[in-house]
Amino acid sequence: MAERAEPVLPVRTGWPLLPVLRRMAAMPLRDPFAFTGLLIYVLFVLVALFADQLAPIDPLEILFTKAGKLAANVPPSLDFPLGTTNLGRDIYAQLVHGTRSALAVGLSAAIIVAIVGTVVGLVAGYFGGMADAVLMRIADMALSLPFLPFVIVLTGFLGASTSNIVLAVALLLWPNSARVIRSQVLTLRERAYVEAARVTGASSWRILFVHIAPNILPLSFVYAAIAIGWAIITEASVSFLGFGDSESVSWGYMLQDAFSSQALSRGQYAWFVPPGVCIILVVVAGFFLSRGYEEVFMPRLRGR
Amino acid sequence: MKLILERFTHNALALLAVTTILFFMFRLMPGTPLAAFINENLNADQQQAMLEQFGLDRPMWQQYFIYLGNLVQGEFGLSFFQRRPVLNILLEVLPNSLILTLASLIIAYIFGVLAGAWLAWKRGSWIERVAVPAVLATRAAPEFWIGMVLLALLSFNAGWFPSGGASSPGLAYTNNWQRIASWDYLHHLALPVLTLALYLQGLPLLLMRSNMLEVMHEEFVTMARMKGFSEWRIVIHHAARNALLPVVTAFALGVGLSMGGNVVIETVFSWPGIGRLLVQAVSVHDYPLAQGAFLMIALVLALMNFVADLLYMVLDPRVSHGRKG
Repeated sequence: MAERAEPVLPVRTGWPLLPVLRRMAAMPLRDPFAFTGLLIYVLFVLVALFADQLAPIDPLEILFTKAGKLAANVPPSLDFPLGTTNLGRDIYAQLVHGTRSALAVGLSAAIIVAIVGTVVGLVAGYFGGMADAVLMRIADMALSLPFLPFVIVLTGFLGASTSNIVLAVALLLWPNSARVIRSQVLTLRERAYVEAARVTGASSWRILFVHIAPNILPLSFVYAAIAIGWAIITEASVSFLGFGDSESVSWGYMLQDAFSSQALSRGQYAWFVPPGVCIILVVVAGFFLSRGYEEVFMPRLRGR
Repeated sequence: MKLILERFTHNALALLAVTTILFFMFRLMPGTPLAAFINENLNADQQQAMLEQFGLDRPMWQQYFIYLGNLVQGEFGLSFFQRRPVLNILLEVLPNSLILTLASLIIAYIFGVLAGAWLAWKRGSWIERVAVPAVLATRAAPEFWIGMVLLALLSFNAGWFPSGGASSPGLAYTNNWQRIASWDYLHHLALPVLTLALYLQGLPLLLMRSNMLEVMHEEFVTMARMKGFSEWRIVIHHAARNALLPVVTAFALGVGLSMGGNVVIETVFSWPGIGRLLVQAVSVHDYPLAQGAFLMIALVLALMNFVADLLYMVLDPRVSHGRKG
């Protein structure tokens, strides 16, 4: 694993953050699966950034044909690459603009999960004792809630907004990352370089955030990548069940719209297949990336 | 025995925690504190009965214990819109959900285990390179979307399966068991089961594959090979038996987990199960029914987690020996 000669004493001096970041950035270049995952992410981010240029039509605008009639259920054509909905809305425009809400939901949930999971895992693992016991019991509790039913009940009562969906997803997903990070911290805190830092009089918080946290970063990243996919699937499911944000055009909204407007019986595959394929691509990208990081940084898990 | 008790307590406490969270969730809702059990849809007598049964005029902490006491006795209150006990409604639809879940899981696990073992065998071939990402894609797809695509292809387009529900209208049965055993019921069940099985097979498949790959390198497999046993015998008798252990545990966990996920499948196929009931109850604000359905799902989840713990102990003696001391 070591790319350069390590000093004789296993005491790592300096800040481990930069070398860890460098290795994280280099990983996708070595693993073809992870590279594909990264490529998919980059592609969707570009689509989200340039949505207005890629699809200049408002996704909710009701369109008319040149003859002045409502352009309802138009099959795919040059004007409408994926056809139109039963209310005459451009499906391609909805798909492109849906990327924005998918990434917004996915990234915000991932950031919360990564931060909460990392901080809880670090504190519980390093300090142990009461803090550990209390935090891990809370994690057990969150893990014993049925996932989708909880999200539905919460958004059903708190109101159907994207932020409530993100909140519910984050509430249920942080324990997974916290548990794994905790167990990693348990082994890291016994390492010689941490001992050395302790001997030189570094404070607990300094050791935790300067010496241990950077080594945990790849793990936080693994769980963030998984959380992006989970959050997007959950948002789609909740929207499909009718508890979604009625203000935003998301892939889940499109699927719900297609389902309730009988697109299935009309065989309008161009309406409901593309949003599903987009969801699969984003989620699979997360799988690929997290798998790559696990293999590089946690070789014990290799092959799983 | 001590360990069994410990796992039981652990899961029971988790369930208690869920109930507590639910209790406070339903009391922090907008509306009066009575809103969790009383609604103008119920008549005056029913309202009075609910007030007394759940002690809604008492302090919050007393209400909490009355609520727990009621739950233990199976008293979930009255549904606002169906105006009858929530428990009866739940028990009516529970078999539908269990049948859907178990049938799908059994198909998914039989297929997943066989295909997983086979893919481990084919390690390094082009089949593996195509199959593994394909399986990952089924795990990444939203369950309800798989259902929508199958519904469009096999029901609306090919006309092989009905598009929803559990029975054709106009058919009468003398009892529930006769209905469930009927051809019509199985015909309605097929497509939801296929969808759920397609979604679920990825986990046992990938699990079995990686376990097989690991086990194939263990000493006892090398030993068997040295004894000159055939490759097939080694795979079935030595490797597969050991690789199966985690898969069995995953099955039990899967029952609990997929009960929660069934919410969407049941909605796509209008399958009259507990998940669809929850969705309907939440959308019309039928709080007692929503609480009941949620608790029923949580109960199955906790029960199955406990069963998984037990299976794990029975099947892998290292676990209990390691911790007994």
